[in-house]
Amino acid sequence: MSTIEPLKRRSRWPRWARRGLMENIATAIIAIGFLMLFQPFALSLYSYSFVTMLAGTAMFIIVSKFPE
Amino acid sequence: MLNRTADNVARATPEPLAKKIRGISDKGLAWLFISPTILLLLAINIFPLFWAIYLSFTNYRANRPNEVVKNLGLANYRRILGDQDIWIAMQTTAHFVFWTILLQTVIGFTLAWLIDRKFRGHAFWTTIILVPMMLSPAVVGNFWRFLYEPQIGLFAYAVSFVTGIPPTNVQMLSNVELAPWAIIIVDTWMWTPYVMLICLAGLRSIPEYIYEAAEVDRASNWRQFWSITLPMALPFIMLAVLFRGIENFKMFDMVNLLTGGGPGSTTEVASITLKRQAFESWRTGYSSAFAIILFVAVFGLANIYVKALNKVKQR
Repeated sequence: MSTIEPLKRRSRWPRWARRGLMENIATAIIAIGFLMLFQPFALSLYSYSFVTMLAGTAMFIIVSKFPE
Repeated sequence: MLNRTADNVARATPEPLAKKIRGISDKGLAWLFISPTILLLLAINIFPLFWAIYLSFTNYRANRPNEVVKNLGLANYRRILGDQDIWIAMQTTAHFVFWTILLQTVIGFTLAWLIDRKFRGHAFWTTIILVPMMLSPAVVGNFWRFLYEPQIGLFAYAVSFVTGIPPTNVQMLSNVELAPWAIIIVDTWMWTPYVMLICLAGLRSIPEYIYEAAEVDRASNWRQFWSITLPMALPFIMLAVLFRGIENFKMFDMVNLLTGGGPGSTTEVASITLKRQAFESWRTGYSSAFAIILFVAVFGLANIYVKALNKVKQR
């Protein structure tokens, strides 16, 4: 019985663009946008909250299709 | 009898139609069955969403359908995101969502944990606890209005009995500081059973042998709770928080029935502002933009939650 395991094919997808990392970044952006929307401290932060959340959400949708 | 009817129907079916039906593949048949649902979904969910996105870039007013619709670009979004009143409404919403979720989760989980002890009559108490959830929000709103009445309301008398404050001074719905809490109390009363039910499902799914193993290892009850009960029920708690979080962001009926956004604008949550802009000021384009902003917020939050939920499940 052979003990040699077949070699897994290495993905050419860049390591920095893997799903796990990118999803974490997108989640962080959404969370920041969410906090900006509901914080009571600065109107300017509230003004940019929607763009931040939208960017994070769009990024999340895209990167969730990336390979692991 | 049934077979004879089926034969008669088969005989009565015109030949070309019968041939056509016989020619459909399994996949085609599956599509045929789900197409009414898909069409309905497109008509009542997807189309209004895209229509609202389109309207959010215009000055459309639903009360003036014959007026020329002008494209405003991002002006509606800029106006909303620079509006101090809407910013305050967002903070009111956040306050409301935070406290309702916190109270509902803590009380709901505690109730589920107690019910899971399986004491005598636990099924009866489960049914009693679930009653508020089964009521219509309109009914709940109306009878809590009566309960909060300073002259005749039971709530005012109960508070008076405990604290000694005269019942006429306990003005839950007209006091600026108490009105937000009045809504939080009602929402917590109504929806804690829902959280309890989900948590109970989580607690019942924990296998008994894990506790038996912990007993063998002489783990204390406290240790069992923190190392077994809570981690294993966490995905269910998170699911309950997600459902209630999304639902409370859209909270409208209870606030509208109890305070209508008042006194002043102390309980004016985002959905009340949205309704006022859409159906009192008739700024349909503007309110569509506001609705899209809220949609993106809830959608983003749901993404974070689903990711967290998957992580917890993988552990």
